[in-house]
Amino acid sequence: MEDVTLHITDREGKKHSVLAPTDMAMNIMEVIRSYELAPEGTIGICGGMAMCASCQCYVNSDNEINAMEDEEDAMLSEAFNVKDNSRLSCQIPITDALHNLEIELAPEV
Amino acid sequence: MIKTDILIIGAGPTGLFTVFEAGLLKLKCHLIDALPQPGGQCSELYPKKPIYDIPGFPEILAGDLTGNLLEQGKQFQPGFTLGERAETIEKQEDGSFIVTTNKGTKHHAPIVAIAGGLGSFEPRKPKLEGIEKYEDKGVNYFIKDPEVYRDKKVVIAGGGDSALDWSIFLADVASEVTLVHRRNEFRGALDSVEKVQELKLFNKINLITPAEVISLKGENHIEGVTLSKGDEVIELEADYFIPLFGLSPKLGPIGDWGLEIEKNAIKVNTVDYQTNIDGIFAIGDVNTYEGKLKLILCGFHEATLMCQSAYKILNPGKKFVLKYTTVSGIDGFDGTRKESPKAVVKAIV
Repeated sequence: MEDVTLHITDREGKKHSVLAPTDMAMNIMEVIRSYELAPEGTIGICGGMAMCASCQCYVNSDNEINAMEDEEDAMLSEAFNVKDNSRLSCQIPITDALHNLEIELAPEV
Repeated sequence: MIKTDILIIGAGPTGLFTVFEAGLLKLKCHLIDALPQPGGQCSELYPKKPIYDIPGFPEILAGDLTGNLLEQGKQFQPGFTLGERAETIEKQEDGSFIVTTNKGTKHHAPIVAIAGGLGSFEPRKPKLEGIEKYEDKGVNYFIKDPEVYRDKKVVIAGGGDSALDWSIFLADVASEVTLVHRRNEFRGALDSVEKVQELKLFNKINLITPAEVISLKGENHIEGVTLSKGDEVIELEADYFIPLFGLSPKLGPIGDWGLEIEKNAIKVNTVDYQTNIDGIFAIGDVNTYEGKLKLILCGFHEATLMCQSAYKILNPGKKFVLKYTTVSGIDGFDGTRKESPKAVVKAIV
């Protein structure tokens, strides 16, 4: 299994291309934290349970991503700055299909 | 003035376990928490979620864990100031501290242990122009006294349990209740959703979905709100606007106590988890040090070491030795005693 490359635009608008392992059961939020692309305490606050929306991102490429489940959909229905391409990055596991995925972090609330 | 040996800020798992470890050393604790019930995130956010990495528990629900911790510390009779946020700290000449909450409750203790997790839970506020000027003037993020809304026009926004439950409750109190949600679907308990539908049929709740509040109006108090529903703009008269979009933790006033902050957490030494201010410790998710892991089990370890250090500060020169509860039992402050039955099962030869 190989690492995939993700293109992540942080909250300051800076673009980062990072490698993410596909075999460590990680999700995008955890990858963002591991590269410290958002200050600790401002992302993944609930730990990845789709309960806080602090890891909201906008998906800007057409990679095939896992479908949204009810918990994520419900959280986004109450979050702020939500757009049509909003997802909670903690709910997207890293798979081969994410290679060259482009996302942008939503503003901190 | 509430007096105690160790004042714990935050009643999550780490804070609750501190009560037990302090109790073994005959130190009394008092806890302050912004939430109305103890248990921290575990009871507020995910009481029904299982945790798999608590040593000795292959699986335990978060709510059961904090329930057990409360039970474990009960005989040490901790005091609680709940629903209040620790706001200010003043160091006294003798080195002790006075901590005052946002409601003015004062606490005096020689040792302060900050076990605040990710911070105190604050309501998530919608981004609406000028919303701050209406806070407590028609905009409320919590419902403290429902009678305030008697015979008033109330607009509630949100799609979760609190928005649904309060809409149902206030339907019988307020003269008019409007519930606004961005989606047609709600994520609350099924019977709450059905109840809201029923109340809508009886015209007891004015349900407007999918819609959003986009602006507020009023001179010195809320007089109305403007909604956007698709292309339509709706003007509503309102005496109160109650946005219920859940809670989010913020480090809050603790960040201004002169403590060294790094990565939104309080820097501590790894000998006893003391901060840069003597007598103030930080334990659990709220602290940071090289190699820190935000795990409940690490919080328990930190609490235990911190209590040993607190004992030494409070009893300079006084000898003590680490006790094993299996050997010594537990003497509660309430006069109870727990001990293992005396019986030799096997001798070590």
